[in-house]
Amino acid sequence: MADAQHQLAERLKHAFPDQLADCRETLGEVTIEVSPEHLLDLMQALRDQDGFAFSQCTDVCGVDYAAYGEGEWITEQASSAGFSRGVQGNSFARRGLTGIYGVDEITSNTGRRFAVVYHLLSLRHNMRLRVKCFCTDDNFPVVPSMIELWAGVNWFEREAFDLFGIVFEGHPDLRRILTDYGFVGHPFRKDFPLIGNVEVRYDEARRRVVYQPVSIEPRVLVPRVIRHDNRYADRAAQKESNDG
Amino acid sequence: MGDIRSYTMNFGPQHPAAHGVLRLVLEMEGETIRRADPHVGLLHRATEKLAESKPFNQSIGYMDRLDYVSMMCNEHGYVLAIEKLLGITPPRRAQYIRVMFDEVTRILNHLMWLGAHGLDVGAMTAFLYCFREREDLMDCYEAVSGTRMHATYYRPGGVYRDLPDRMPQYEPSRFRSEKDLKILNGARQGSLLDFLEDFCERFPGCVDEYETLLTENRIWKQRLVGIGVVSPERAQELGFTGPMLRGSGVEWDLRRKQPYEVYDELEFDIPLGTNGDCYDRYLVRVEEMRQSTRIIKQCIDWLRKNPGPVMVDDHKVAPPSREEMKDDMESLIHHFKLFTEGYCVPEGEAYAAVEAPKGEFGVYLISDGANKPYRLKVRAPGFAHLAAMDEMARGHMLADVVALIGTQDIVFGEIDR
Repeated sequence: MADAQHQLAERLKHAFPDQLADCRETLGEVTIEVSPEHLLDLMQALRDQDGFAFSQCTDVCGVDYAAYGEGEWITEQASSAGFSRGVQGNSFARRGLTGIYGVDEITSNTGRRFAVVYHLLSLRHNMRLRVKCFCTDDNFPVVPSMIELWAGVNWFEREAFDLFGIVFEGHPDLRRILTDYGFVGHPFRKDFPLIGNVEVRYDEARRRVVYQPVSIEPRVLVPRVIRHDNRYADRAAQKESNDG
Repeated sequence: MGDIRSYTMNFGPQHPAAHGVLRLVLEMEGETIRRADPHVGLLHRATEKLAESKPFNQSIGYMDRLDYVSMMCNEHGYVLAIEKLLGITPPRRAQYIRVMFDEVTRILNHLMWLGAHGLDVGAMTAFLYCFREREDLMDCYEAVSGTRMHATYYRPGGVYRDLPDRMPQYEPSRFRSEKDLKILNGARQGSLLDFLEDFCERFPGCVDEYETLLTENRIWKQRLVGIGVVSPERAQELGFTGPMLRGSGVEWDLRRKQPYEVYDELEFDIPLGTNGDCYDRYLVRVEEMRQSTRIIKQCIDWLRKNPGPVMVDDHKVAPPSREEMKDDMESLIHHFKLFTEGYCVPEGEAYAAVEAPKGEFGVYLISDGANKPYRLKVRAPGFAHLAAMDEMARGHMLADVVALIGTQDIVFGEIDR
């Protein structure tokens, strides 16, 4: 299996030397990274060329990398604060939980915030491939739609649009899908609070359902901790050699 | 022929044939469907976002609530992804237990589907028969995990505990005679494996019963044959998996093609359809129940012969036993850290897929090295299937929509997530 993955990675590097921004094998899976302008051509080739024949696009997934690698708990040194620093602090990683009404809105534009991740499957060759595409503009993330290649991505793209606000150019029917009618915001972004912004209740006086600001308090039971575990050190080293 | 006005009709979300909370907006021309627009999300609970705010193990229970008729298969996908990132492999016995319960779950799911599908199309009796057997399998869930549905039984590194030596019993009540009680408890005197073995003996007979009711039934065939035909090529483009894909004649089963756990050591056949219509998908699923029984039998044999641990011996991931914890300092620390903080998963990303009863249930997990997932994406098979509703329903009659909802085996827990 690992052999087949390696072969696939080599063939990809050989076939698309200019388009691939990155190609790596981790945990028996091949991941390639492309920029949005090359995405459509590359995907078309991956679907149509006999050597690849990725006839299925299993999954499309939006990712918001804004808080990647941010912990809430200092693990390297001792501190005078107790458990409270984990559950009350307003650290970056907590944005989504404290930033009610977008107070903590993320405005930096790194071009590495939003990614769309495609999982392709080739039934003929029995192999999988992960294609990752970072949107160049963080404030208006756009990628081309794959709907012409795989009809099945229709709802997956609508979902990523709904939850992350990623626009799929060329999608014929880019409506919200999972959230409520008239919902405001993109709930899976890291600056969207976990408790939401509004709550719904039935108003006796007005005899209808009304929206009002949330009344619950954000709460954390287990702080987010990042530990650099020595047991995985060799894997981290391998990753670095891949990067280098 | 008078002029037929086209009009828009709303179907659901409160409709007995909507299998939960499906709202369909149908553009009709007379009784023919021109366009079907499913509105989903009424059951959206943001499972993926909730998982980002909890340690890994605390989200296993959420997985049960995705596809709430194939609970353990969902857990399986999730724990496989974590195990992949952690680089651990559960003990063989745990793998066999998982496979056995995956197949129990498959039968559970297909029984639910068959009952509900029959009911939608007008066959009341099959529903009652199916739920009779479902009850037995629910009892297996209860015996092993303590709950009938939301088991939280699979854990990264194995399963929560070994198979129990006794089955839950029916208790005397005013409504049950001594004699009835004896019959009901007849198969429950031994261990879980004994009970399951007995089940596997009688279950093929039960499937025959369902088939007598349905397979050659004239009304059943009239409602299903030639409805919702999908060609093999189109099924792939639409992202179909599982019985929906196999019903169209594509031989694709992850248990065989990309075997996980111990599926490569087990014997079973993969049923295929030829026409890609509702009737073929019905036949495929019915045959899958028989094949699952076969797999369960093989697992029972193996599990009887091979006692052993069901959880990895790594206390960084799996908690030490209660006993150890009481008199060993290190175990106490492990226990404390695991239950207050959880374990940190090394940085990386993994996609793990299992052949759930409805199709490929995939979990895409991104970890940044924390004790909580950075991003969890659940690839639910039903989501891709329901997306094709529009295409499958076009040109069919209104009553066929009900058959299509049935054949897609839709459960909103996984579609809305």
